[in-house]
Amino acid sequence: MKTLLGINDFVVKFANVNGTGSASANSLFAKAIFRMGIPVSPRNIFPSNIQGLPTWYEVRVSSQGYLGRRGGVDIMVCVNPQSMADDIASVEPGGYFIYDSTKPLAPQLQRDDIHFMGIPFTEMCMREFPTPRLQQLLKNVVYVGAMAALIEIDFSVLKGLLNTQFKGKEKLISSNVHALEMGFRYAREHFDCPLPVRLQQGDNIAPHIREFDHILMSGNTATALGAIYGGATVAAWYPITPSTSVVDAFSKYAERMRIDPGTGKKNFAVVQAEDELAAMGMVIGASWNGARAFTATSGPGLSLMSEFLGLAYFAEVPVVLVDVQRSGPSTGMPTRSQQSDVLAAAYASHGDTKQVLLFPATPRECFDMTVDAFDLADRLQTPVIMMSDLDLGMNDWMSPPLEWDDSRQLDRGKVLDADGLEQMENWGRYKDVDGDGICYRTLPGTHPSKGAYFTRGSSKSEMAVYSERGEDYVQNVDRLLRKFETAKQYVPKPKVKNAPGLTKPASDLKLGAMFFGTSASPSYEAVEMLASEGYPIDTLRIRAFPFHRSLDDFIHAHDLIFVIEQNRDGQMRRLISNECEIPPGKLTAVLNYSGTPITARHIAAEIRETLNAAGGNVIPLHPETA
Amino acid sequence: MSFIKPKFRHPRLPTNALGFTVADYDGAISTLCAGCGHDSISAAIRNACFKSALEPHRIAKVSGIGCSSKMPTYFLGRSHGFNSVHGRMPSVATGASLANRNLTYIGVSGDGDTASIGMGQFIHLIRRNVNMTYIVANNGCYGLTKGQDSATADLGSVSKGGAANPFDGIDLASLAVLQGASFVARSFSGDKDQLEPLIRAAMAHDGFAFIDVVSPCVTFNNHAGSTRSYGSTRDHLDAMPVDFVPVREEIRAEYAEGTSHAVTLHDGSVIHLLKADAGYAADDRTGALTAIRSAQQDRRILTGLLFLDPNSRDLNDTLELASRPLNELGKDELCPGSKMLDSINEGLR
Repeated sequence: MKTLLGINDFVVKFANVNGTGSASANSLFAKAIFRMGIPVSPRNIFPSNIQGLPTWYEVRVSSQGYLGRRGGVDIMVCVNPQSMADDIASVEPGGYFIYDSTKPLAPQLQRDDIHFMGIPFTEMCMREFPTPRLQQLLKNVVYVGAMAALIEIDFSVLKGLLNTQFKGKEKLISSNVHALEMGFRYAREHFDCPLPVRLQQGDNIAPHIREFDHILMSGNTATALGAIYGGATVAAWYPITPSTSVVDAFSKYAERMRIDPGTGKKNFAVVQAEDELAAMGMVIGASWNGARAFTATSGPGLSLMSEFLGLAYFAEVPVVLVDVQRSGPSTGMPTRSQQSDVLAAAYASHGDTKQVLLFPATPRECFDMTVDAFDLADRLQTPVIMMSDLDLGMNDWMSPPLEWDDSRQLDRGKVLDADGLEQMENWGRYKDVDGDGICYRTLPGTHPSKGAYFTRGSSKSEMAVYSERGEDYVQNVDRLLRKFETAKQYVPKPKVKNAPGLTKPASDLKLGAMFFGTSASPSYEAVEMLASEGYPIDTLRIRAFPFHRSLDDFIHAHDLIFVIEQNRDGQMRRLISNECEIPPGKLTAVLNYSGTPITARHIAAEIRETLNAAGGNVIPLHPETA
Repeated sequence: MSFIKPKFRHPRLPTNALGFTVADYDGAISTLCAGCGHDSISAAIRNACFKSALEPHRIAKVSGIGCSSKMPTYFLGRSHGFNSVHGRMPSVATGASLANRNLTYIGVSGDGDTASIGMGQFIHLIRRNVNMTYIVANNGCYGLTKGQDSATADLGSVSKGGAANPFDGIDLASLAVLQGASFVARSFSGDKDQLEPLIRAAMAHDGFAFIDVVSPCVTFNNHAGSTRSYGSTRDHLDAMPVDFVPVREEIRAEYAEGTSHAVTLHDGSVIHLLKADAGYAADDRTGALTAIRSAQQDRRILTGLLFLDPNSRDLNDTLELASRPLNELGKDELCPGSKMLDSINEGLR
């Protein structure tokens, strides 16, 4: 049998039943590895269900700090008979299948190219713990204990985490530690511990990981903190997976950090609206009135909000919208990840509209870009949409710590106060005084006799007077386009990287890859895999729409460009092709839209296939010959 | 717009407590049809704000879409206004009110805007008790799209095309009372003596104040057979007159014994319910529903203050918001700073 080797480089997957308390044991497992200083990226792959359906927790361990999915499973821990056949089939040859051997494994499920390791979890728990609830919950902790022996998790780290988690509940700590020890002992007594696939603190961890004092947090939590630090005071929302935890976390932090010290009253408002239409209306009303307001939603909510997004675009009201993308409409896969709202967001609404989009790829960027989003929305007086996704939003990611510069001010853009109004002659709400397409705004209640105007939809004169004149409409929407052009200088620029390890052009064709959000990490990994095979690929990570000019430059400097994303229609590829007027043939789509996050292996295979098909034009250049 | 409103005013127009004349509460010239009931409502709002001596710039006007929702352009030119989205003004008003609790909010909507496309938001606006005055200019039809029946059109009311409405109308005032609105009134655009004090009381009320105003559409719903024509409304009106006395204003009027019932609002102002056959209890929700219903059964339109809870708690209080408006808070109050972020980072290691 093939032997898998992997010091700090492997994938463990837990197959559980939803609602059995596995989440807390699984995160204990991942957090312990993180605490050991070894790069880890855990992912929940969960159903739209509260109890009973299969759910998985996939943990990638990567010495080089690759946080995207690799593809494949080296160790499967299966405590769910429902999904067992598929789970066994998914294990890499030479890998390990750990299962509950209280009941014997059906012979037809056997494979002779993987290791089966039975541990009688149920029987052990029935014997040791008094109540059915404890028996069920602690079964999860027993398998963590067994894994600790098999892959050498530092036992004291596990105990430390339990002590923190159950602080003040000594009985719970002791029963959990007991369960851990049961699993640990059983594995030690029955198997060759440790496995060749295991953890090891120290040398082979990539320097860029060792240099930072990393944190482990979800994108949605980081986004919520960004809203706190960005000065948001009004959050209006309607519950929808996977964005719900953004507002939950915002409320939690605001209850801690936004209470008026003198009165105990709140310096923030959270309203659970009757639907997404109302949520967006409240954000627009609050922003129109000068508060920083935001909402969080997902695809179906974005559709409902798109009417209001049109109004906000034309009426030039700042809006911050967090779209945590998922796959299409409920029902079916509302709990699976995709990047499939790109076009719906970029051109959201009726009439000629273009919206400003930001594409965070890490929790750190979720935080930074949310703060930026409030400044951008105020500066540009338009909606700004944060394009996160379920994978980034709901999973814990290793990230450099969040940073805040105390000298940073809130940029409220061009808002005139009473003095400003006094000083400005012939103020008109829609006059482009500075030539950047951005006009001076006033807030209700500012000045007794100046600055009042009527906010309305599509057309008006520069002085904000109702108008149905074609010239007024054209002048106004042309200015909006000028403003969109101005936005390019304010939005985050793309990150361009030259092909790893190669300095010379490789072949007839100059290769490039573009990607964004959660496609970035596995794309970088795939590019390194391909570089080692002799295919040098330069990369550009898109971080905002409108596209920065460097994106055009990148496209013109390369002959063949892969656009890697997670939707069926290659939406980013279409947006680039449309906006930059690039012949679509120059851009090759690399797609995954299965609902589970894209893997490095998949990306590499797709690119390899295209390059092979291109034949003589692309000659692999081996690094040593460069 | 091809019309210019004359700016000339009588040099000795009376002034209010703030020194403003009624002209200071004017808006642009109306582009609604001549004789539209809505223009009378605009005038009533203007007069109410003048008489109550509100600072024009401390009022914000919000509306949805439709003939009714164009109205805010035609009064209070010194106030900010927002002509938002069809049926969605309630959410915009909610957000605006959260951002600045110190302004007076006047929402203007129509029967299509409120009772059809905006029904969901209207109900939730009541439920949240947003501190605002919400006026529905109710003409039973869609004006801007040329006369279709609206959801408030009475059963059997005949449209201009000659068809009798086959559906029961939605009665917004009953709905508001039922849903727990803290201030519910009904009036008629042609009855300014009643409408003006109702608007003044609504603006003084601490919470959501709803006024359903029958406002005939002269172009599409003012013919024989329509139950919302001027003629039909006048013939079936069952009006309970009211008077409004703001706080710190001496009571000028004398009311005959047994004809007046006074209700004191949260801010100390007083609304007098005047009716020869007095005894209408405006603080009785069930009684209000019964009175509205029984008038309807007699084909009468009961107008006046229908229900009032002077001790209501508005959304800002329910959410326990600080007294300083959220839109005035700066970086120091809003941003917890780097030390706090360091401690958050520490908790995530």
